[in-house]
Amino acid sequence: MMSTIFDIAGSGMAAQSLRLNLVASNLANADSTSGPDGDAYRAQNPVFSTVLQGAQSAAGSGVRVTDVVEDPSPLPMRYDPNHPHANEQGYVEMSNVNTMAEMANMMSASRSYQSNIEIMNTTKQLMLRTLQMGR
Amino acid sequence: MSNVDTLLGLPAAALAVHDQRNTLLANNLANADTPGFKARDIDFRSVLSAAKEGSSESLTATRDRHVSRALSSVFPNSVVNELQYRVPMQNSLDGNTVESDIEQAAYAENSVRYQAALRFVDGRAKSLLSAIRGE
Repeated sequence: MMSTIFDIAGSGMAAQSLRLNLVASNLANADSTSGPDGDAYRAQNPVFSTVLQGAQSAAGSGVRVTDVVEDPSPLPMRYDPNHPHANEQGYVEMSNVNTMAEMANMMSASRSYQSNIEIMNTTKQLMLRTLQMGR
Repeated sequence: MSNVDTLLGLPAAALAVHDQRNTLLANNLANADTPGFKARDIDFRSVLSAAKEGSSESLTATRDRHVSRALSSVFPNSVVNELQYRVPMQNSLDGNTVESDIEQAAYAENSVRYQAALRFVDGRAKSLLSAIRGE
């Protein structure tokens, strides 16, 4: 059914906007140091997985973000003895956000979002034309 | 009397297949960033021939009041059987075989074909209406 395309494209847009949200959060915290509670900010990434409708239907029914995982890579240490968060040796724990990777991630997410919008627009036009059948 | 499905004929059935293919392609695009997702598509020609085979396997009408099976009821089921995996031009590390450009091109082409089928159905509907009205 054509109306399921709206659900599918909508799920894609929702997933991509969540990804964009995480990119924004990562970029905003790219220079966050470890707070009083210990660990510095770790980059967060979404886990996409496809939604299956069951064996009967031909197509799946979109995408879903099942989890948001933290980047397990080690936090870089920077020597800055005057920093209030510096440890006894004078090192500050920085966040492990890779700014370049996040920028590429952002472009990929916005491109995917756009293609989902295109699908929605075309489907809307097709539906409107179908509604006018026989007029 | 035959029902409206058989009056509208093959274009109406083709419309249903194009609709399903659009759903498939939209699902491929929504999962463009899902790791391990395999893009799927149908071959319109093989779906058409499968539908023709399916219609010949249907019950034989021995009396003129027997209801013939509409072609469009054959089509949607055969789409499930004719699902094929797309072979990617470039492999990706995460096992995803969706190539957005190819999916978008296929979606645009399928939308145009949908509109062509729609035009045929529209013409048949209009001539039916004029026959009913006796204009």
